[in-house]
Amino acid sequence: MKKYFHISDLDCVICANALEKKLDTITGVKHVSINYFLQQLTLEADDAEFYAILKRVRRAVDHSIPGAILT
Amino acid sequence: MKRMIGFIIIASILFLTAVVLPYPVVKMVLYLTAYAVVGWDILWKAVRNLIRGNVFDENFLMSVATVGALVLGEYPEAVAVMLLYQIGEYFQKRALQNSRRSIAALMDIRPDTANLEKDGKVLSVSPDTVTVGDIVLIKPGERVPLDGVIVEGSSTLDISALTGESLPREADAGDDIVSGCINLTGVLRVSVTKTAQNSTVVKILELVEHAAQKKAHPEAFITRFARVYTPVVCAAALLLAFVPPLFFAQDLRVWAERALSFLVVSCPCALVISVPLTFFGAIGGASKNGILVKGSNYLELLSKADTVVFDKTGTLTEGIFRVTSIHPQNLPPEELLRLAATLESFSTHPIAQSIRTHNHLPVEPDTLTSIKELQGYGRSAQNQGHQYLIGNQTLMEEHNIAFPYCPHSGVVVHLAEDDRYLGHIAISDEIKATSKEAITALRAEGVRHTVLLTGDRKDIAEQTGKDLGLDQVYAGLLPADKVKHVERLLAENHSGTLVFAGDGINDAPVLARADIGVAMGALGSDAAVEAADIVLMDDDPRKLALAIRLAKRTLAIARQNIGFALIVKAAVLVLAGIGLADMWMAVFADVGVSMIDILNATRTLRTKALSTAPNLPERQEYR
Repeated sequence: MKKYFHISDLDCVICANALEKKLDTITGVKHVSINYFLQQLTLEADDAEFYAILKRVRRAVDHSIPGAILT
Repeated sequence: MKRMIGFIIIASILFLTAVVLPYPVVKMVLYLTAYAVVGWDILWKAVRNLIRGNVFDENFLMSVATVGALVLGEYPEAVAVMLLYQIGEYFQKRALQNSRRSIAALMDIRPDTANLEKDGKVLSVSPDTVTVGDIVLIKPGERVPLDGVIVEGSSTLDISALTGESLPREADAGDDIVSGCINLTGVLRVSVTKTAQNSTVVKILELVEHAAQKKAHPEAFITRFARVYTPVVCAAALLLAFVPPLFFAQDLRVWAERALSFLVVSCPCALVISVPLTFFGAIGGASKNGILVKGSNYLELLSKADTVVFDKTGTLTEGIFRVTSIHPQNLPPEELLRLAATLESFSTHPIAQSIRTHNHLPVEPDTLTSIKELQGYGRSAQNQGHQYLIGNQTLMEEHNIAFPYCPHSGVVVHLAEDDRYLGHIAISDEIKATSKEAITALRAEGVRHTVLLTGDRKDIAEQTGKDLGLDQVYAGLLPADKVKHVERLLAENHSGTLVFAGDGINDAPVLARADIGVAMGALGSDAAVEAADIVLMDDDPRKLALAIRLAKRTLAIARQNIGFALIVKAAVLVLAGIGLADMWMAVFADVGVSMIDILNATRTLRTKALSTAPNLPERQEYR
């Protein structure tokens, strides 16, 4: 399953790239990409575990940049 | 952001009061309050990032610089720098937000709802939930939510969001309809042929969104540069602060102050944001013109286009055979055409079809007997006691029928009745009205070689090449031959980029082999979109020159941004090092430059001045 999220409060491209790399290491994440200019996060992961993985992604994002992810 | 303006104003008032007041203690309190008001969030972020071990964080560096100034007793400077930094940040954020909004507006072609017809009722649903075969209703003014076929109704469609083509297109029952265009006039009932995930509009958006991941050299350079720049400048600041005082008995105060300016300039923000923004903006701007670029790297390659190799049919020509002239001998032209159409009845050959389409007189194919297909030559048939021949030159020669030489380009179909020559019909695939202009425009963009590769006959291909002023023409090629030719051209040509432009359907291997593969007329063709690096949604060859122009401008803007930022930063570093620049200038070199670069990058979104007007737009306009 692939879903798009709005990601706010990204400070800079470097942070976005760093965050992208970090999120990519989360187990279960098939593919993740952050488009800084569209403030968009694309997450691809297994259907069955998607929401569990999303939770981990949210936590990681929150740790790096206290912002918000929205569908 | 609104809150920040408040803080900036309060801090400014406090700061100015402090400047004019005569009492030292009050002054100091006011300065510190102003500093706290305007800088607390920077300090807070700095502490937070420091805990995570992020030393080279912009906030941290600004905090060190200003706290350092406070420690040195430079209260006004510390406050002013923080204040200017925040003001600069504010404007930079606004500029960025505006450009983000513009990009978002460009990409706002994703339909939100579909009117699904179900059990006689119409429900407004998300396009994701609609399945293939469902019927959706599209009212005037609505965006087509999914790809499909019109089952009922007719309308005019605005396809400009997809192709950049402002001329509306007519659509009737039976026509394919592509998601993302806007229904202008009539109500349409459409049978969905693709799910939302596979629909054109989603494909286009995904393509553009992911284009940012394929980076051009300037972007990669910036990323590498940013990684070393900040540590190097910080190290330089440290050395500057302590080496002269320790080893050369200089005043620590003076050198520490200079070092603090270094810290202020040490963020590579201007570059890190503006260069990717330049490329992404350009990709967004191009997509508005119906040019899909699959990565920043392709823009870079395209800007160096040197050789353009064209496929002929469907790329430079219409791809439709048409009767262009009829040359009868001793009979009316309509009669010759009618006869040809009769003889070519039931043939599926494109040439036969074009003859039949051109003929408007009634035909009586039933009287035809003993029809014989002569593969590669034509056809023979009996009709009412006469023996007829229809076909090419060789067929006439074999039957010893004298025929005049025909100077017309294209395919020539000869006719004979018994031993009598009746005349011939010239059929050709016409050159697009825009092709000639496209070639001229390409030359103007610095393309040095234009090559035509085609499976067509030599004389036709050469005529096309001559009409359009192409440099080289290779005819009679099989798809594999085209690859070989492209490989040879690649080997011959070391300097620039080789671009191949084709319809993207039969030439996938060539598209892949060329430096850049451009598929034209790809609206609604997934295969073409898949195979190419750059996709022109409509089939106007002038778009290729426009794409090159866009690419060049993008690279120019990226270079301007890099150059400007590097020069200003280097100048301020040098001046600060020798004590000629203070922290104020350093702040400008940081946030001021960022803002200017972002504004400059935003220019890539504006493509109006570049669009394919009938005449070439003046190049000075955007220099």
